[in-house]
Amino acid sequence: MNQYTISALVSNKSGVLVRVAALFARRGYNIESLSVCKTENDTLSRMTIVLNGDDYILGQMMKQMDKLIDVKKIQQVEEDAVCRELLLAKVKTDASTRSQILEISQIFRAKVVDVSPEATILELTGKPSKLDGFVTMLMPYGVMELARTGVTAIGRGKSCIKDETDYKEKI
Amino acid sequence: MKKIGADILIECLKEQGVTTVFGYPGGTVLDIYDALYRDGTIEHVITSHEQGAAHAADGWARVTGKTGVVIATSGPGATNLVTGIATAYMDSVPLVAITGNVGANFLGRDSFQEIDIFGVTLPITKHNYIVKDVNELAGVVREAFRIANSGRRGPVLIDILKNVQSAEADYEPQKPLPARRKSVPARDLEAVAKALAAAQRPLIMAGGGVIASEASKELVALAEKLDAPVVSTLMGLGAFPASHPLFMGMMGMHGTATAAKLCLESDCIVALGARFSDRVALNRDKFAQGKTVIHIDIDEAELDKNVTATYKVLGDIKEALSTLIPMLKEKKRPFSETAKKYRAEEKAKDTAPELGHRILIEAAKAAPKDVIVVTDVGQHQMWTAQYFPIEKPRTLCTSGGLGTMGYGLGAAIGAAKATGKHVVLVTGDGCFNMNLNELSTAVTEELPITILLMNNHALGMVRQWQKLFYGNRFSQTNVRKKTDYVKFAESFGATGLVIEKDEDIVPALTTAFALNTPVVVDCRISNDENVLPMIKPGATYDTIITNWEEK
Repeated sequence: MNQYTISALVSNKSGVLVRVAALFARRGYNIESLSVCKTENDTLSRMTIVLNGDDYILGQMMKQMDKLIDVKKIQQVEEDAVCRELLLAKVKTDASTRSQILEISQIFRAKVVDVSPEATILELTGKPSKLDGFVTMLMPYGVMELARTGVTAIGRGKSCIKDETDYKEKI
Repeated sequence: MKKIGADILIECLKEQGVTTVFGYPGGTVLDIYDALYRDGTIEHVITSHEQGAAHAADGWARVTGKTGVVIATSGPGATNLVTGIATAYMDSVPLVAITGNVGANFLGRDSFQEIDIFGVTLPITKHNYIVKDVNELAGVVREAFRIANSGRRGPVLIDILKNVQSAEADYEPQKPLPARRKSVPARDLEAVAKALAAAQRPLIMAGGGVIASEASKELVALAEKLDAPVVSTLMGLGAFPASHPLFMGMMGMHGTATAAKLCLESDCIVALGARFSDRVALNRDKFAQGKTVIHIDIDEAELDKNVTATYKVLGDIKEALSTLIPMLKEKKRPFSETAKKYRAEEKAKDTAPELGHRILIEAAKAAPKDVIVVTDVGQHQMWTAQYFPIEKPRTLCTSGGLGTMGYGLGAAIGAAKATGKHVVLVTGDGCFNMNLNELSTAVTEELPITILLMNNHALGMVRQWQKLFYGNRFSQTNVRKKTDYVKFAESFGATGLVIEKDEDIVPALTTAFALNTPVVVDCRISNDENVLPMIKPGATYDTIITNWEEK
């Protein structure tokens, strides 16, 4: 089982997310994470999808997604692309553990965004693997709540997803 | 100029050249029906049930190649379309389904006859819309037609809120956008031409895509130039003339024994607009093992989906073949002689053992030359594919992908309405009972439809599987209905005839085909007839059963 990351430019209108989600459900694709965001163009959103599977599933998923009218461009994110995820963690804290938690945060360059007598909220951005490591370190102290955005990614160099051809134009 | 939404819709339909629509009125499409009434130039065929209307629009589309249109009201009207839309989706039939929905004021409040048909039809449409702003309506309708009839064709649904239908917007007439059709790069085809030149035993496998791209002429030219035998999927029947010496019949689960042998013996399979479904490839891993596979299809997702191809060409088949054929050298191959020999031997051995077979053989002789054949789903459908030669594209309507029992009568109505030609509907008593309410539509519209009702008092295909795989435990497949189909036909205003034995066949068919009105021919056949040959699901082609005792 491999993990692949895919970027797609999709129409920025209601119903697009359900179309993509319904496609995954129907074809039985196993999705690790999905994030949707605005782009520099008001009419388009960007989806970043992390998929578990093999080359066959990756190929089918990209082709099937490409057929959706609202999916304009799609590409596989290359291995060296910039992939980032944001994490917020609420960690159980008391006077005896606070300094240790702050020390771990410093090592990972996480930000302390809220402090209270019994809990600390930490913010960290980075590759998913870095976030995983951070969570492992925090676990012994008691992670009360965890929120991760899912991966968002952008390829290196000057080539852009916009340069890709749209399947609908190709046929 | 300012117009209300309902009028804009009608104008947009006219822009697209729509002359006939099928449908059923209701509360949330009152404005659309009022616009149809006031306009008066589009013919509307009202069916007994929205499902029948959807199948009629599908039949219309299959025989004309144009986009079929169906209209239904919100809630149950819309949900009744679902099977028809799914049937069109699975067989890549261009269809635009228009539904009304409750007004914006009532949307999302579980109002009377409110249903999220947008959500319901998401996985069974090529695309769908919910129109909440009248200013978007014209653009949506135009785009819907373009999507339905571009690339791999398919159904599109437009759900229009009631308040949108009566709201005003500016309307400017526009010429329809041309369907997208881009040519195939020649370099993709050069490799294919080389592979074909090297092939000793090429076999052409024609799918529904050949018909969709109007590439029958090119297919014949390709087969003759390569001197390659042609087999067809169910959806591809008619793409290649059945009477052509290179035609070897249907392939797949109930294909000819010749087709099975050729699939095994060929060294190169040329799949044109076919998707290697489980009913065709059966065992997708072994189907083309060790062979060169050339796959030309307009849907990129079909390439390598079921069977991995050696050469993949994305694009329109007509375009691809037009470029490919001049690259090929004419060459005679001994394989085609082998194929012809196999076919002749198989035909000589075939005694048409069942009454159902003989009715179809005679029907093909008695029917007008330009008859359109429509089937339902099951044993009679396979017999039709085997025994009723389909000579021309767009003269067979059958639910291949979804296998919709009850498809036939609606589709026959659409096909007859579109062409004015005589339609022969081959159905079974199971299928016919699903949508026989549409016989009244056929009578009202005075359509020349001959219904060959293969009445075996059984759900024959399921029963056949129970014989094969479930130890003759005929759970719910013996149909004990006491319907008198002659009286039934007469009560609907149609004619009823009976075939009980061989001597009845010719007189009944002669009468039926002379009538040019709906006729139900109650063909009383045995409940124990089988469809052979058969390859069991998931099995390889060498395990074909040609004799019931071999099972």
